[in-house]
Amino acid sequence: MTDIVLAPHTRPVPVPVGEIMPWAVFGSLLLLVAIYFVGAEQGATSLIPGMYVHEFLHDGRHLLGFPCH
Amino acid sequence: MVGNLLLRGMLVGVIAGLLAFGFARVFGEPEIDSAIAFEELMTKTDTPAHAVPHSHGAGGMHTHGEASEAELVSRVTQAGLGLLTGVVVYGAAIGGLFALVFAFAYGRVGQLGARATAALLALGAYVAIVLVPNIKYPANPPAVGNPNTLGSRTELFFLMIVVAVAALTLAVALAQRLRARLGTWNAAIVAGVTFAVFIAIVQYALPSVDEVPNQFSADVLWRFRTASLGIHAVLWTTIGLLFGALTERSMAARFGQPIAARPIGR
Repeated sequence: MTDIVLAPHTRPVPVPVGEIMPWAVFGSLLLLVAIYFVGAEQGATSLIPGMYVHEFLHDGRHLLGFPCH
Repeated sequence: MVGNLLLRGMLVGVIAGLLAFGFARVFGEPEIDSAIAFEELMTKTDTPAHAVPHSHGAGGMHTHGEASEAELVSRVTQAGLGLLTGVVVYGAAIGGLFALVFAFAYGRVGQLGARATAALLALGAYVAIVLVPNIKYPANPPAVGNPNTLGSRTELFFLMIVVAVAALTLAVALAQRLRARLGTWNAAIVAGVTFAVFIAIVQYALPSVDEVPNQFSADVLWRFRTASLGIHAVLWTTIGLLFGALTERSMAARFGQPIAARPIGR
């Protein structure tokens, strides 16, 4: 129980693709939208009128390396 | 199980984002302030460079200084809550996507356990998503970059990320195929060199962006860009190591085959 395990006692078994796919589709859509809002909304492209999103996320955008303006 | 991994990845990403925010505050914000001071100086002296502060289209007031009347978001908010929101949301998104790729990679790339898979995956992601794109199209502080080329710069930046991710994925697949013939070390070297040569050719061929104003401090630019790389390093290191540590046990229990009970011939 207190042993430090250097060599694992199990070998990894792949997670079935069928089990991953629904989550992968749902998750990547949701998360890519999040990245779009952090990185590009009211910058390179714009869905919401105005500059508030751009100005609010201004510093993060610059420091994360997204082309800001 | 996968939904659980996704949630765990996002939570780890939030923690990584908080740490990255601390790093950004200390090492990034002073450089942003310097860049904005430069920008304001250029406005005051009315220097006709493309360093002239960006105004986005009609009525798009984009000024950073306290002096400007039509300030949408104060500098304090931009450098505080705004930066925190941006980095933490980005961290959560990156963490979630990381968890999904991890679910695919686990048990499929060599015989690595959860921690080793997560650590190597994070390292690969840092190379493909951050390091390689930043070598060609580095992060720019305020006052650097022509607003008129924003569209093409954004396209090139994302193109570079997509190319690097695809190239690294193919390189890993190549290493897997060569492994039986060349052994793990040599297969990894061949795949790594192939990746590096391919990236070098692509970056040589793609157009360069050359938009730093003449008088802009090279030191501020260097510190800003290394701070940007550092923020991503904090993000990916935290995600790779923490996700692996939190996932090791449950992955071995659910998707691990006891070595002693392994059927003969496999």
